Amino acid sequence: MKKIEAFIRHEAFEPIRAELLDKGFPSLSIIEAKGSGRQKGIVERYRGSTLTVNVRPKLKLEVVVEDKDQSVVVETILKHARTGEVGDGKIFVLPVEEAIRIRTGEGGKEVLQLHEGSDIPG
Amino acid sequence: MRKKLGIAALLAATAALVAPGVASAAELDEVAGSLAERTSELNMVWVGVACVLVFLMQCGFMFLEIGFSRQKNVGTGVAKILINFAIATIAWWAVGYGIAEGGGNDFFGDSGFFFHFDQVVAGEAVTGESAMLMLYGMAFCAVSLAIVWGTTLERIKFGAYVIYAAVFGAIIYPLVAHAVWGGGLLGDIGGKPVMDFAGSSVVHLTGAVGALAALLLLGPRIGKYDASGKPRAIPGHSMPLVGLGVIILWVGWFGFNGGSTFEATGNFFGEVMLNTQLAAAAGVIGASIAIYLKSQTLDVGMAGNGAIAGLVGITAPSGFVEYWAAPIIGIIAGFLVVFAVLAIDKLVDDPVGALSAHGLAGIWGTLAVGIFASPRLIAEGAAPGIWYGIFDGNVTFGGTLGQLGVQGLAVAFTFVVVFAISIVTFAIIKGTIGLRVPPEEEDAGLDISSHGMYGYPEVFIPQPEYSTGLPSTMVGGVAPAASPSQMTATETE
Repeated sequence: MKKIEAFIRHEAFEPIRAELLDKGFPSLSIIEAKGSGRQKGIVERYRGSTLTVNVRPKLKLEVVVEDKDQSVVVETILKHARTGEVGDGKIFVLPVEEAIRIRTGEGGKEVLQLHEGSDIPG
Repeated sequence: MRKKLGIAALLAATAALVAPGVASAAELDEVAGSLAERTSELNMVWVGVACVLVFLMQCGFMFLEIGFSRQKNVGTGVAKILINFAIATIAWWAVGYGIAEGGGNDFFGDSGFFFHFDQVVAGEAVTGESAMLMLYGMAFCAVSLAIVWGTTLERIKFGAYVIYAAVFGAIIYPLVAHAVWGGGLLGDIGGKPVMDFAGSSVVHLTGAVGALAALLLLGPRIGKYDASGKPRAIPGHSMPLVGLGVIILWVGWFGFNGGSTFEATGNFFGEVMLNTQLAAAAGVIGASIAIYLKSQTLDVGMAGNGAIAGLVGITAPSGFVEYWAAPIIGIIAGFLVVFAVLAIDKLVDDPVGALSAHGLAGIWGTLAVGIFASPRLIAEGAAPGIWYGIFDGNVTFGGTLGQLGVQGLAVAFTFVVVFAISIVTFAIIKGTIGLRVPPEEEDAGLDISSHGMYGYPEVFIPQPEYSTGLPSTMVGGVAPAASPSQMTATETE
């Protein structure tokens, strides 16, 4: 199992979410994040004074999938999140040891995403 | 419709009574008396409406200051307005009104304390009309007090409000009001009265000078200046609230200036209100142009400051100048406020720009009367503005230049009296209960440290403490829709 963490622009999220759902990956989370990278901060002007905000708002997308699905998810994120400008973000892939569905207590890769024939999809 | 019929009936009755040839002298006296009563009633209805508009300005100050504060200092702004309004009211009723309007000598009045029926104030028995005018004066006192606290946001001890409000409502504002409006010192300087129609100096400069005294003893907010002493922006949390405050103040100002005619008859209040609107509009335009030229962005708060500066600027001249002068006064006030805010920000921390918008614009408005006052409208004994003097060859100390000097004297008098009493009061507060909260309380915010509660609890208290209120059947079991467009609620497992 792999956890894919992607820091993306806000506007990239909706097309990524739609395509992942279409491809059978409805389970994901987003977290409003603020961070810095190669992209510079924002200079805010307020009543004639300036205030440099060194971190910018981004979205952190988290998806956990089976090893074999990793490339599909990464490709989807790259496809929609890339504008070619500085500030598009980064993708990190981490190993995951265990996944447990809280409702039933069952574990394993079956709980990760949508599977054919399951009673309650998603 | 009913109103029109009522007035028509009154007119018909009056016409029948005054018809020549049928009325005796006694009957004519009765009619004259009746007309005087009706006139007073009509005038006081307008003053009553105007009074409520001025009270509404408390709401404007509240939203303006809260919008310019951070989210941890919003509840305290509400409490401050309510407590100040309440204390100023009682202080004005008990002492302030007597000092301001109670006749007496050049410096203070000596009747009308604990205002009540069967009382003689400045030689006249108390009536419903005097009660209405007393209440209207109270509204002005409360506005002046509200201005004081603009410079003190986010760090002052709440107790300071309580003590200063009592002194201000009972002594400071009444002394200035008495000098200009209560038959005091500034009502006759070498035969010339100070012309301050609704209080550019009496109300606004007074509030701003109190604000300056408080600020000098209080110091800046933590983090306002960097290590090299350069000012940093501490953005207020809500420009929509600032906008709401500005517009409420703007609307309230029609009562402030328009009501200062004290009469509906003659319709002069219409002229005053039009002047008020023209100057406010010009103030927005002036400030917007100034800040855009200076920083290449249209600062939202500065546009609001421009409106307030235009309104403060026209407050003294509103009943004395022609319509063409109002936008000139307003646009200059708008430019003035922007450059003053930028300059003052380098020295002292005034979060809402009260020193600029009420202080400097108040001085400008008071002097503007001496520049633009129209011969058609000036007070008895006063000289018209120096603008007219230049064309009439009347630029002498006996004429227009003298009037400008008298206006300047009002500014100086207001500054000295208000600053002296205020700085002593704040110094006593600082030496006894303390003027400023400790740094850790300032950091936590005045809402939780001074009031034990947050103005915006959800921002500061972790979300899981609150139930979403959704029944469990809605939280679980919602299947994802077939197409993304139909999926409104994304479910995570």
